[in-house]
Amino acid sequence: MVQAFSYEFVLTGRDDDQPADDGALDALAPRFSLVPGGRPRTVRRTWLDTFDWRLHRAGLTLEHTTGAGPGELTLTGPDGERLVARPGRLTWPALAGSLPDGPLRARLRPLIGVRALMPAARGGSAVRDLRVLNADDKTVAWLTLDRLSVTYPATADLSSRLTVTAVRGYQPQAERVAQVLGGTPGVEPQAPPPLDAALAAAGRRAGDYTSQVNVCLTPAMPAGTAVTAVLLDLLSTLEANVPGTIRDVDTEFLHDLRVSVRRTRSVLKLVGHVLPAEFAQKFRPEFKWLGDLTTPTRDLDVYLLKYPDMAAGLVAATPEELDPLHAHLIRSHAAERRRLVRGLRSARFTRLIREWRAALESLQATTQGPAAARGPDAADLAAASIRRAHRRVLQQGSAITASSPPERLHDLRKRCKELRYLLESFASLHDPATHRRAVKELKGLQDCLGEFQDGQVQQHEIRMFAEQMMSDRNVPATALLAMGELAAGVGLQQVQARSQFAGRFREFASLATQQRFRTLTAGAAS
Amino acid sequence: MKIFATYNIKGGVGKTSSAVNLSHLAARDGLRVLLWDLDPQAAASYVFRIRPRVKGGGKALIKGSREIDDAIKGTDFEQLDLLPADFTYRNLDLMLDATKNPMRRLARLLDPLAAEYDVIFLDCPPGISLLSESVLHAAGIVLVPLIPTTLSVRTLDQLTEFIAGFDGHRPDVLAFFSMLDRRKRLHMEIAQRLPAERPDVAKTVIPALSLIERMAVERAPVTAFAPHSRAAQCYAALWDEMRARFL
Repeated sequence: MVQAFSYEFVLTGRDDDQPADDGALDALAPRFSLVPGGRPRTVRRTWLDTFDWRLHRAGLTLEHTTGAGPGELTLTGPDGERLVARPGRLTWPALAGSLPDGPLRARLRPLIGVRALMPAARGGSAVRDLRVLNADDKTVAWLTLDRLSVTYPATADLSSRLTVTAVRGYQPQAERVAQVLGGTPGVEPQAPPPLDAALAAAGRRAGDYTSQVNVCLTPAMPAGTAVTAVLLDLLSTLEANVPGTIRDVDTEFLHDLRVSVRRTRSVLKLVGHVLPAEFAQKFRPEFKWLGDLTTPTRDLDVYLLKYPDMAAGLVAATPEELDPLHAHLIRSHAAERRRLVRGLRSARFTRLIREWRAALESLQATTQGPAAARGPDAADLAAASIRRAHRRVLQQGSAITASSPPERLHDLRKRCKELRYLLESFASLHDPATHRRAVKELKGLQDCLGEFQDGQVQQHEIRMFAEQMMSDRNVPATALLAMGELAAGVGLQQVQARSQFAGRFREFASLATQQRFRTLTAGAAS
Repeated sequence: MKIFATYNIKGGVGKTSSAVNLSHLAARDGLRVLLWDLDPQAAASYVFRIRPRVKGGGKALIKGSREIDDAIKGTDFEQLDLLPADFTYRNLDLMLDATKNPMRRLARLLDPLAAEYDVIFLDCPPGISLLSESVLHAAGIVLVPLIPTTLSVRTLDQLTEFIAGFDGHRPDVLAFFSMLDRRKRLHMEIAQRLPAERPDVAKTVIPALSLIERMAVERAPVTAFAPHSRAAQCYAALWDEMRARFL
């Protein structure tokens, strides 16, 4: 693979009134022969990423350009990685399946998973190409002058950019052009990527959203201040995911929204005692309502995401025989989504968010006062609450035997989630390596419990769907038989998960893991 | 990757003009194209304004001491690169002879370029030599420009017979009439009759046009500097015929 050598500059202009573009080209004119390289063109540019910046985190940039010719999708990455696809008409947001088949889609699909690609920034470029010629009038380098105006997320005219691209085999000549430009006043090397500049115009930066708890706590911070900071961060995550959930951009918006609600409820339940008593009384029932509102749609989302694999896994039945179930899932999903959207647009939801933010912000102001310093500090609260939650997991897990009913495993799963949320909420107080290990060990147990519980729920739901389908309309017997096979498959997975539980729990309850949790909580208290 | 070689034992029949224009048309179609100017006269390199010089000369390329990749130059046209000629190519026969398997040497040198190019054109010097044999072994399709005369047709028969005697890989042969002079009855007669009789002769005919000769003045493919001219249209028709047959 031959790398294209190019050099990028930002034209900031000199102090005098001369336009920045002219200054740069004037500096080259005496030493190089420059001629226009075609007509000036206008290009519409859209930079794309998932809402949680999966491409940015992988060091990749995806740009969709449209102009006079067919549109082009260009993926660039470190070490000169560059993949281009020419899609037909594409509208954003779009899932991986909407991209044209080829190497670019193959590269993106595992990275973005179920997330949609959506515009991170939009703009338009007025582009002028110039050719740098040698004594034979042969083009040795291309100059591309790009005047970019951003239209989203804010409106701004960015500084012009000048790119020098060497024609293959003429790198030294292009380097000389770059050297002259580098020594020209008002021409700055090392241009920040256009996406970064576009986001900066709106006061944003790539990677500014994460579904993780993103607070920086200090051990000596008053506990109330720490908990308020965590809850405010969770509220911001919740709010950030509402528009995408309502528009049904992808299923992860609702997932992240639900996780932020569950984390909020757990924080209120487990460490809410450091907040005024009326907080929990007033808001816990409301967050339970919000959690319940989102459950049916999420369950159906999961079903529809798993559906292709489930249908493909049938042995006795054919995937087509399951079509009536798919149609039923789609209908139910549409109905549940309407209910969810109504709920998220309701006065009750708006009031909850408004009042919750106002309450947290006023609390933030008061918990930073001298009175707050008299209570426990963040490290003490984190240590005590994690210790307590860890103890509960060990107690409940130890009590589970081969004959325990499924409800005991379900309860244990909830305790594990509580412990996980506490670990995540107070992560910034802990040694990152110890934190990562502890979460990994807990996750091993959670995955097993999750698989068991999912199997339990799915079997129940398959029966429920079958009853609904029979009462709604004429359902073919073959569909019910296929659903029976599906339920049996899920049941088998559940039995496997149940058989793995004892081993997974033994690992989690091992002395080494217990010691890790002791280190974690002792470290926090110190 | 498809490898086309423009070849004829005779000189001045339009090999380079065809290689230059067809490679330009292929690149214009969005294919990634490399043209290797194997002729020490360096006409194709001249048309593309590229100095006919390869560091280390032909010997370094044939021996493999210099990566073929490093010798490639970009032309002024998107997706079209050129491996320039070098005066040392006059000794390519001797250089090939010094290698273990001279017949397969060019094919082996070109193999690594498959990831980078969709099409390679080899513009061969006239004559029959070890180099031309190596080219015929490397090429998937041999394009043979013919002046429409009886002797030219005999040359085509000789070439076809020669290729038929190859062990293993045998390239396809596509001849086409070039430098057709409409004032000459014999030219017209052969150019009309043969494509109908022989499947290895293209239907498209490239007439003798002064615009094609102007390529050396304009130093660009006629399909680039006069894209709507009759000459450009003829090359485009030939390219369409080749694309339909081989791509």
